[in-house]
Amino acid sequence: MKVAVLRFPGTNCEFDTQYAFEKLGHSTELVWHEDESLPANIDLVVVPGGFSYGDYLRSGSIARFSPVMKAVSKYANDGGKVLGICNGFQILTEAGLLPGALKRNNNLHFISKHQTLRVENTDNAFLNQCTKGEILNIPIAHADGNYYIDDEGLKELEANNQVLLRYCDSEGNNTVVNGSVTSIAGVCNKDKNVFGLMPHPERALEDILGSVDGVKMLKGFES
Amino acid sequence: MTAIVNVYLKEGVLDPQGKAAHHALDSLGFEGVEDVRIGKQIVLQLSTDDKAKAEAEVKEMCETLLANTVIEDYSIEIRA
Repeated sequence: MKVAVLRFPGTNCEFDTQYAFEKLGHSTELVWHEDESLPANIDLVVVPGGFSYGDYLRSGSIARFSPVMKAVSKYANDGGKVLGICNGFQILTEAGLLPGALKRNNNLHFISKHQTLRVENTDNAFLNQCTKGEILNIPIAHADGNYYIDDEGLKELEANNQVLLRYCDSEGNNTVVNGSVTSIAGVCNKDKNVFGLMPHPERALEDILGSVDGVKMLKGFES
Repeated sequence: MTAIVNVYLKEGVLDPQGKAAHHALDSLGFEGVEDVRIGKQIVLQLSTDDKAKAEAEVKEMCETLLANTVIEDYSIEIRA
């Protein structure tokens, strides 16, 4: 698999993301935000975490207008797979490639910790290695992860199996982490080729770092 | 001309910053505050003298970049 990893001014998870996919045996290529096209023959675009453009105005609001994002939109609209992690999720919602928006955490804190997540749907290219209801342990690190969508949008997400992950306790019950609507931690688009989540699977690939649950998430894209 | 844009979270969208400020005002003994909403003000200096044109342009700026209309509303005031 060949993975393109985007890099904006302020991105800081691009090397972790490259490391993660290379550890799983894939090739990666960094793509600068001013590039107007994506590398040839890629299988996945990852919009990694960080603080693109200093999170000025709103997280992700400026990055979405960078030249490379035009290419990403086209790639996604042609059916290409795109994964946004943390700031990448914020950028994809700002770009309109994913529904909803991410607000400031309810408690106004930057939250950085390991968090349990419940897998909600597996009929997609991302979580197909997981089982529905499975509990994963993945780190989160964000200030603006409070997912918002209106009632109508939420109904649509549920009807189309677009909710990917929810924050939960160790028993699997929904838990309030940042104020997200119904504890949503990740969603995909209707066509199920664009994915976004606040947690960082690329930081959960080694026992020494506390969890290997990220492996089966990222491996989903192999099939 | 000057355009003053106020961007704030939509009614019904919980404003955690407003809530925290409200709580702080309560703690400080300011009574009778029923709600606090925090937004941001964006001040634009425009070269045009045409008010209608300015208003239309600023509206487009809001829809495109300055506000995220999924969660935010905005108001525009044009001053000569």
